[in-house]
Amino acid sequence: MAVCIAVIAKENCPLYIRSVPTQGELKFHYTVHTSLDVVEEKISGVGKALADQRELYLGLLYPTEDYKVYGYVTNSKVKFVIVVDSSNTSLRDNEIRSMFRKLHNSFTDVMCNPFYNPGDPIQSKAFDSIVSTMMVQAC
Amino acid sequence: MESLTLSDVEQKYYSELFLSCDVDNTKKVASNGKVLDLFRAAQLSNEVVHQITELCGATRLGHFGRSQFYIALKLIALAQSGLPLRVESLNSVRDLPLPRFVMGKNEQETRHAVMFADTENQGPYFPRPPGRVQAKKVSAHEMIQPCVPTVDPQPDTTSPVVSPHQSPPTSPHAWRKHKRQASGGNVDRQPSVPGVVWPPFREAQPGPVTGDGMWSAHSPPPVQESWVSFTDTPPSSTLPMHPPSAQVITTVRTVPSAMTTNEIQRQISGYDDPWKITDEQRQYYINQFKTIQADLTGLIPGSAAKEFFTKSKLPILELSHIWELSDFDKDGALTLDEFCAAFHLVVARKNGYDLPEKLPESLMPKLIDLDDSAVPEPATEVDFSASPVEVTPNKSPSMPSLNQNWSELNQSNEQWETFSERSSSSQTLTQFDSNIAPADPDTAIVHPVPIRMTPSKIHMQEMELKRTGSDHTHPTSPLMANPPELSDETKLAATIKFPGTTVGDGYSSSDSFTSDQEPISSAVNRQRSHSGTSPEGLKVVAPPPPPPRPHASHSRSSSLDMNRNFAAVPAGPQQPGVVAFPPAVPPRPLPTQTSVPHGHRSVEGDGLPAHTSTSPHQMPEQPNFADFSQFQAFAVDQPADDGENTSDKTTGTMKTAKNDIQSEERNATTVNSAKVSTPLAPPPKPVRRRLKSEDELRPDVEDLPQKSNVIATVLATQPSIPRSIGKDKKAIQASIRRNKETNTVLARLNNVIECDHRISLEVQLEQLRPFSHL
Repeated sequence: MAVCIAVIAKENCPLYIRSVPTQGELKFHYTVHTSLDVVEEKISGVGKALADQRELYLGLLYPTEDYKVYGYVTNSKVKFVIVVDSSNTSLRDNEIRSMFRKLHNSFTDVMCNPFYNPGDPIQSKAFDSIVSTMMVQAC
Repeated sequence: MESLTLSDVEQKYYSELFLSCDVDNTKKVASNGKVLDLFRAAQLSNEVVHQITELCGATRLGHFGRSQFYIALKLIALAQSGLPLRVESLNSVRDLPLPRFVMGKNEQETRHAVMFADTENQGPYFPRPPGRVQAKKVSAHEMIQPCVPTVDPQPDTTSPVVSPHQSPPTSPHAWRKHKRQASGGNVDRQPSVPGVVWPPFREAQPGPVTGDGMWSAHSPPPVQESWVSFTDTPPSSTLPMHPPSAQVITTVRTVPSAMTTNEIQRQISGYDDPWKITDEQRQYYINQFKTIQADLTGLIPGSAAKEFFTKSKLPILELSHIWELSDFDKDGALTLDEFCAAFHLVVARKNGYDLPEKLPESLMPKLIDLDDSAVPEPATEVDFSASPVEVTPNKSPSMPSLNQNWSELNQSNEQWETFSERSSSSQTLTQFDSNIAPADPDTAIVHPVPIRMTPSKIHMQEMELKRTGSDHTHPTSPLMANPPELSDETKLAATIKFPGTTVGDGYSSSDSFTSDQEPISSAVNRQRSHSGTSPEGLKVVAPPPPPPRPHASHSRSSSLDMNRNFAAVPAGPQQPGVVAFPPAVPPRPLPTQTSVPHGHRSVEGDGLPAHTSTSPHQMPEQPNFADFSQFQAFAVDQPADDGENTSDKTTGTMKTAKNDIQSEERNATTVNSAKVSTPLAPPPKPVRRRLKSEDELRPDVEDLPQKSNVIATVLATQPSIPRSIGKDKKAIQASIRRNKETNTVLARLNNVIECDHRISLEVQLEQLRPFSHL
C-alpha cells in the first residue's frame, strides 16, 4: 500500500501525483522530485544497452528511515514513482512490481483515450480508482 | 367528500393527470370531456366509469374538481385492481397501484416520423411542433403508467424528472445550438428549479413548443431546452423515443403533458434499466455511425470520435470519462456498440444525467442486436488467462453480464499476475539446467534446457538392471549407501539425465559436482550432485550414460571442457567423485557389488559395471591412479574403504589382467570402435593418454588402494567386453559408456598432472628468479 503515487512525464513534469493527506503532502512532492534524480541516473547508466534491454522496473530508488521510494520507467520515459511507508515491511518486491504493472496498464488506457492530450494532467476516474486501490486507506 | 389521503406518488401522478385534463388551464376543474376520455382509457366499462364519477362526486358537482378528479382516479385504480368500489376503501387500501390508462398507436407513428426528420428542414418546424405536441399530450394522457417519478410535489410545476430514455436522436448539428443548453443541462435537478423556470418557460413558449427541438437542429432555444434539459422544461416531454401511441386529442396542454410524458416514457420501459437504448435511438446512432464510418462492422478511430463528440459541447473531462466508459476493449477506437453506448451517454449527460462510474449493463457492447454477426471482434472466451489489455469482451449475446465479467477479469488478471509470479518462483515445475552458460556471453538470455530422460536412456538402464539382476526395484539408485534420504533424489536423478548434446553439460554437471557440498538451489542439480557425489562410502555415483547418439564432437569438446573445468577445480584428494562427463557408467546399485562377492569372473560381467562405476568416482581422487605397477601391492592390501567386496574381484582381475590389460583395453576399445565407430573415436585417445599418464605417474606412485581398485575394475571391465560383444548390443553400449567415463577420469587426472607439473615448473621459476636480476 503506497503512501504516495506519482506519474511524471518525459519532460519531468508531473502528470499525476496523489498522496495520503495525513502527512504534509509537500513532503511527498519533494521526495518524488528528488527521486527523479535517481531515476535519471538509473536510466542513463545503461547507456550501451537499448531501451528494451533496460528493465522497466527500477526497484528501490532511495530508502529513508520513514519511507522507501520505488521507481518504474516506461519505454517512453514516463516515470512512475511509488512511495511506501518503511514500517510496511510486508510489502514484497513482487507486490511493488504488480502495482507498477497495474499503474502502467491504467496509464495506457488513459493514453488510449482520444480526449486525453499527452502532457495534460491525468483526470481519469478509472485511473483514480486504480490508484485508490493501491493507496493506503487514509482513515 | 371525505378527505383523500394520497401517497406522494399518487399525488404527483394525479396532479399530472389533472393538469392534463385541465384544458382550460383553470387548475381547478378538469374538463368533463377529457376526464371521461381518460376514464374510458382506463379500460373500464362505462358502467364502472359512471359509478366512479358518481362516487367521486362529480355528478353532484357537475364537473371534476381537483378533489373529485383525484378520487376518481383512485377509484379507477381500485377498479383496475379488482377491488370493489367503495368510498371507504379510498383511504384504507394500501399499496394501490396507480390507475393505468391505455392509449392508441397513432402518436407513436407520428413520433417516429418526426424523430428522423431531416434536421435541415426548418420550414415546417413551427407548424409541426404544435401538432406533435398535441399528439404528445394525448400520449401523455393515454400512456400513463404507474411510475415513480421524482415529480415535484407542487402540482403546478413539472416534474424534474429527466428520463434517461429521452436521448433523442438529434443530429450533431443540434449540439451546436445546445451550447446554451449545456448550462441548462447541468442545472441541478432540484424540484424547485422547474418551478422557477416554469413560468418563464411557459411565457417563452409560443405555444405548443416542446422538445421537438430534438428533431430539428435549428430548434429555437426553448425547444432545445426542452430536449437538452428536462429538468427545466417540462416540454421536454419530447420523448420521441418512446412514443406511446396515442389517440389524437386535440386539446393538449404542453407543459403538463410534457411532464407526464416524461414519466410515461420512463415507465414505458417498464421499470427496467434506465440506460437502455431504444430501437429508435439505436437506429439513430447507427445512422450517425454511418456518417463517420460507412462500414457498420468497422471501427471509428479515436480522433474521429473525438471530433464528433466534441460537437456536443460537453466538457472535455466528461467526454473523456464517457470515452473511458464506452471504449470497452480499450483499443482507442469505437465499434458500433461502443459508439452507441458513447452516444447514449452523451445524450444522457446533455439531459442532465450524471455519468455512471461504470458502464451500465445495457450499454455493454454485447447488447448490439443489429449487427451481432457482424461484430468484428472475435468472441474471445473470457478466461482468466488473458491480460487486461488484450481481453476483448465477448460480444456474443449469450454471454452473461460483461460488466461482472470485466471486473472478474480484472480481478482474475491480478490473480493471474500473482499466480504467474508465484509459479515463476517454483522450482518443481520443470527441471531446467539453470547452470548452462549462455553461448554468447553478451546475451542476457540464458536458454534454459530442460533435462529429460530419453527413452533410450531409460531402456538402457533397464537393461543394465536386468543384467545385474539387482533386486532393487527402481531402476537407478546408485546411492545405496544412503537410500532412504537420497532415493527420491536419485530416482529423479535417474529420470533426469544429462542432456546428451549440450555443451553446457560439462559446465552444469561439473558445477554441480564441484559444489556438491554447497546447497544447490535447483532440484536437478541437487539431485545430480547427490547422485554424483555421495563421496563417502559410495562407489557408484556416476551419472547415467547418454543415449547412444553420435556425438563425437560432443565428447571431444566435452573432454576439452572438462579439461577447462578440471583445471579450475582444485585437485584435492576429495575430488568430487563423480565424473560429470556424460559417458559415465550407469548408476549401479551398490548391493550388487556388495552382495555379489563372488570373485569369480563369471559375475564380473555384472559386477564390472559396478566396479567401473566406482572407478570414475575414485579415480579423480587419486592423481596417480594409473599406476599399474602398484596393483599387485595394492591387490594384496585390502582396500580400506568401500568396495571391500569388489576388491576381491579386482585383485583377482588385476592379477590376471595386469599384463593383458593394456592389450585388452586396446582390443576392447578397438572392438568397441568396431561396433560403434563414432562414439569410440575419442576413447582410444584417452586410453592412449592414460597409458602415457600411467607411465608418467609410475614414478610418483602413492598409496592408492582405491585408485588401484578403480583401475583394476576399469581394466577388468575391458576383458569382459569381448565376451559381452557377442551377447548384447546394450552391453556394448554400456561398456562404451564405461570407457568414456574412464576417459574423462583420465582426462581429469591428466589435467591434474599438468597442474602438478606446472607447479613444479613454477617452483623452478621461483628458484631462478633471484638470478633474473642479473
